[in-house]
Amino acid sequence: MTAAASTSEDPGLWKTLTARPAVLVALVVFGAILAAAILAPWIAPADPARMSVRARLSPPLGDYIFGADAFGRDVLSRLLFAGRVSLSIGLGVAVLSTALGIVIGLAAGFFRRLDAPLSRLIDAMMAFPDILLAIALVAILGGSAANVVLALSIVYTPRIARIVRAATLVIRELPYVEAARALGSSNLSIMVWHVLPNIVSPITVQATFIFAYAMLAEAGLSFLGVGVDPSIPTWGTMVNEGRQYIDQALYLILFPGIAISLAVLSLQLIGDGLRDALDPRLAKDV
Amino acid sequence: MPDTSAAIREETTSADAPLLAIRNLSKHYHTPGGTVHAVEDVSLDIPRGSITGLVGESGSGKTTLGRTLLRLVSPTAGTIRFGGAELTTLSDREMVAMRKRMQIIFQDPVSSLNPRLKVEHIVAEGLRAHAVGNRGERRDRVAALLEEVGLSADQMKRYPHEFSGGQRQRIGIARALALEPEFIVADESVSALDVSIQAQILNLLLDLRDRRNLTMLFIAHDLSVVDYLCDRIAVMYLGRIVETGPARDLARAPAHPYTRALLSAVPQPDPTLARSRDVLEGSIPSPLDPPSGCVFRTRCPRALPACAERFPAPFAIGPGRHAHCINLEVS
Repeated sequence: MTAAASTSEDPGLWKTLTARPAVLVALVVFGAILAAAILAPWIAPADPARMSVRARLSPPLGDYIFGADAFGRDVLSRLLFAGRVSLSIGLGVAVLSTALGIVIGLAAGFFRRLDAPLSRLIDAMMAFPDILLAIALVAILGGSAANVVLALSIVYTPRIARIVRAATLVIRELPYVEAARALGSSNLSIMVWHVLPNIVSPITVQATFIFAYAMLAEAGLSFLGVGVDPSIPTWGTMVNEGRQYIDQALYLILFPGIAISLAVLSLQLIGDGLRDALDPRLAKDV
Repeated sequence: MPDTSAAIREETTSADAPLLAIRNLSKHYHTPGGTVHAVEDVSLDIPRGSITGLVGESGSGKTTLGRTLLRLVSPTAGTIRFGGAELTTLSDREMVAMRKRMQIIFQDPVSSLNPRLKVEHIVAEGLRAHAVGNRGERRDRVAALLEEVGLSADQMKRYPHEFSGGQRQRIGIARALALEPEFIVADESVSALDVSIQAQILNLLLDLRDRRNLTMLFIAHDLSVVDYLCDRIAVMYLGRIVETGPARDLARAPAHPYTRALLSAVPQPDPTLARSRDVLEGSIPSPLDPPSGCVFRTRCPRALPACAERFPAPFAIGPGRHAHCINLEVS
C-alpha cells in the first residue's frame, strides 16, 4: 500500500503522463490548438468577418491558404477565431458542470435525506440522450453562447455528480473522517479537507472528457442550428454553413471538421492518460 | 513496571468521583435482519486519571461502546455523565465544544490518516476546528506535539505514506492530544502493530497519562496488553459487561467464567504455575438474536437452568469489583 502510493507520486504526474507517446502527441496537438486559438487576433491573416465578393468560394492554397467561404471570408482566420469560441464553450461547460456536479454529489453523498431525491433527479437526467436534452434546454433558454454553456453544463452535471456521490459515500465512513468528527470539524470542513482532495483524480479525468463531449455537442447544436448565434463563428456553425456548398467546396467543412476531430481526440487521449497516471495500480507498471 | 506508576495506580483507583459514569447504556441498530443489540444495559465508572481496559472478542460491542461514549454514535438508551455534564442530552453544538475534552485514537494507522494531507494539517485539524490560535501558533503547537510523541518537528511537512505504522500511530496520538483532552478512547490502538512497536506505543501512552493526567479507555482483545497498561479492566461479552475490577485482582482471580476462559487463552510464561484451562467452544452468538437471560450461557462451562431466566445483577466481589454470574449468587 505504502509502496504503491509512493511510486505513483515520486516520478511526478507530468513524467508519468508524458511517458506514453500517444498522450505526449495529444498534449502537443491540443497545446497547439489552444495556442492558435488564444493567439488568433495576432496570427490570423485577415479579419474573420470581412467579406469579399471576388474571393467567394476561392479554393485553398490560392490567395487564402484554407480558401474562402461563400461570403468570401478567410477560412483560416475564421477557423482560428471559431476555435476561441468552441474551446471556451468546452472549457466553460467542463468547469461549470464540475462545480455543479461536486455540489450535488457532495450533498447527495453526505446527507442521507438528500440522497434519494438528488439521485432520482440524476437518474432522470441521464435517461435522456445528451443531445436531445441539450436541444430542449437551449430551446427553453434561447440560443446564446452563455445559454449553450448553461444547457450543456446541466446535461453533463450528472456525470460528475454520480462520481462525487459514490466516492463521498465511501470516504464518509473512513476512520480519518470519524477522527475529524471527533475533533469537532464541521461537515463543510470535512467535505473540503477530507472528501474533495481524495476525489480530485476521478473528477479531473471526467472533466477532461466533458470538455471534449461539450465541444462535440456544441458543434452538433450549431450544425443543427440551435446553437450559438450564427454570426459568431464556431467550428460547428462553420460546418453548418459549409454544408450547403459541399459539392463545390468540400474544404469548407473539411477544415472545421478536422479541427473538431483533433481537439476532441487529443482531449480524450489526455483524459485516458490522466486516468492511468492518477491510478496508482496502473502507474506502477509505467 | 517501575514503582512510581504502581503508586499512581493506587492513588487513582481510590480517587473519588469518576470522570465518566455510564449508566444503563444501550445501543441498538435496526437492520433488515432485525435489531442488533450492540451494547446492552452497560454501567461502568471510569475513574479520573486511570486507564481502564475494555476487553472482549470481536463482535462483543466494545468498539461501539467506545464510539458511543464520544457520541460518534448516539445511544439508544442510558446516560453518560462526563465530569458533571450529561452527554446524551447535549445539542450538536454543545457537543462540538465538548469534543475538545474527549478524543479517540484509532486501530488502523493507515486509514485513520488522510493520505492527501500533510502531517501538520492532520495534527492541527482540531485546533483549526476550534479556532485555536493563528497559523503560526498552530504550527508551533504541532511541532511541540510531534516532539512529545517521539517524532521530530520537521516531519510535519511530510505526507502519511512516508511514515511507518508505529510512526503513523504516533501522528494519530498527536492529533488526539492537540486539544488537550481529559479523556481518550484508544480503540485497539496497538493491535495493528508489530510486537516491538506495540511496546513503544504502550509506553508512550503510559508516559502521556502520567504527564497529562489523562483518563483512558483502552479497547483491546489482547489481555496481555491490557494487563500491562491498565489500572482497571472491564470484560465485555455480546454487548454486556460481565466483570469489572482492578486489573491485578481481576487477572489473578477471575470471577466470571468468561473472564477465566479469556485469561486461560493468554500464553503463560511460567510453566510451573498450574492453571485450569477453560477453552471456549463455538463462537460468539449473533447480536441479532442474543441468548435469553445470561448472554454467555450457551458457551458457559458452568451454566445452570436458571441462567436462561435473566441477566444476573452485579455481584460485588471486592472493593470496586463485581461480576455478573449466577454461580456467585448461588455460592
